[in-house]
Amino acid sequence: MTWLSITIAGILTYFTRMTMIALVRRDLLGEKIKAVLAYVPSAVFPAIIFPAIFINDYGAYIEMSDPKIFGALVAIIVGYFSRNVIATIFSGLLSYWIIIFVFLS
Amino acid sequence: MLSKKELFSRGMFDIAPHMLSVIPFGIICGAIGVDLGFNPYLVYAMSIIIFGGASQIVFLQLLSGGASSLVAVTSVGVINSRHLLYGAVLSEYLEKLSFIRKLLISYVVVDQGFAESNKFFKKNKTEQFLHYHLLGTGITMWVCWQIATLSGIILGSFVPEELGLKFAIPLTFIAIVVQDLKKIDHVIVMLVCGISSLLFFEAPFKSYILISPVIALFVAALLLRLKK
Repeated sequence: MTWLSITIAGILTYFTRMTMIALVRRDLLGEKIKAVLAYVPSAVFPAIIFPAIFINDYGAYIEMSDPKIFGALVAIIVGYFSRNVIATIFSGLLSYWIIIFVFLS
Repeated sequence: MLSKKELFSRGMFDIAPHMLSVIPFGIICGAIGVDLGFNPYLVYAMSIIIFGGASQIVFLQLLSGGASSLVAVTSVGVINSRHLLYGAVLSEYLEKLSFIRKLLISYVVVDQGFAESNKFFKKNKTEQFLHYHLLGTGITMWVCWQIATLSGIILGSFVPEELGLKFAIPLTFIAIVVQDLKKIDHVIVMLVCGISSLLFFEAPFKSYILISPVIALFVAALLLRLKK
């Protein structure tokens, strides 16, 4: 039963990937829609970023003093100026670790 | 003109930094599946059949929490529906490919790969073999994801939980969008999406991940109209 569910979930997922690339002709999308699509990264990724920072493992909002908020702010500043993915991720993790291991322990 | 090999390597190079978050996350995903009591083969098969990070964990967590298969499958479909948007963006650059190639390349379209290849495509529209960049990002992600989830399944969660490495996931996406903070319209769209995702977080089937982008794109359309 679980195997069947995984297979169906896999087929569904593949369809979400394939439909717009292989089945829908680009010409069907008007110029206006194409202009809006330029915002896709900005319109999708915050829905992954925000809950991962502001909501904890138990589905509750975190405190404003949570180290994740500080880590995310450091990552934003470092990322903005360095334009470097590794520096962004690492600075965020490091500042988060410094708070939880040095200040909160 | 860059060769196919050069474009492929460039894709690998562009996606490589994201492995800093993808590999620990994959290990955690594999380990969680086994911890929840699922057959290890089944947990691993998901990495091939679904190949979709967070949706794999959600699927297993829902099933082990007593949800019906229908709820679990629907949630995976809803979470992964964001690929429709990626496909719509990428289709402009993949138009010339044969139908079979389109079917094959679709399998490796993932968040970070889409983001990095899309950035590259925008700057290099005239390249002839652009899709090799997408293959480079996608195949690198695929291989690393297989190795990472498999390690998590076999070795268990050898990444100490205290390190909070799940936090690397939002950081990897911050790195992707951070340069767009220069543009006020993008900042507005990001805030609308982010705040919506918090407001709709409890919506059924994890649909916040679909609802928030739809609202944000609607706001983007309004902004475009205002700009004129």
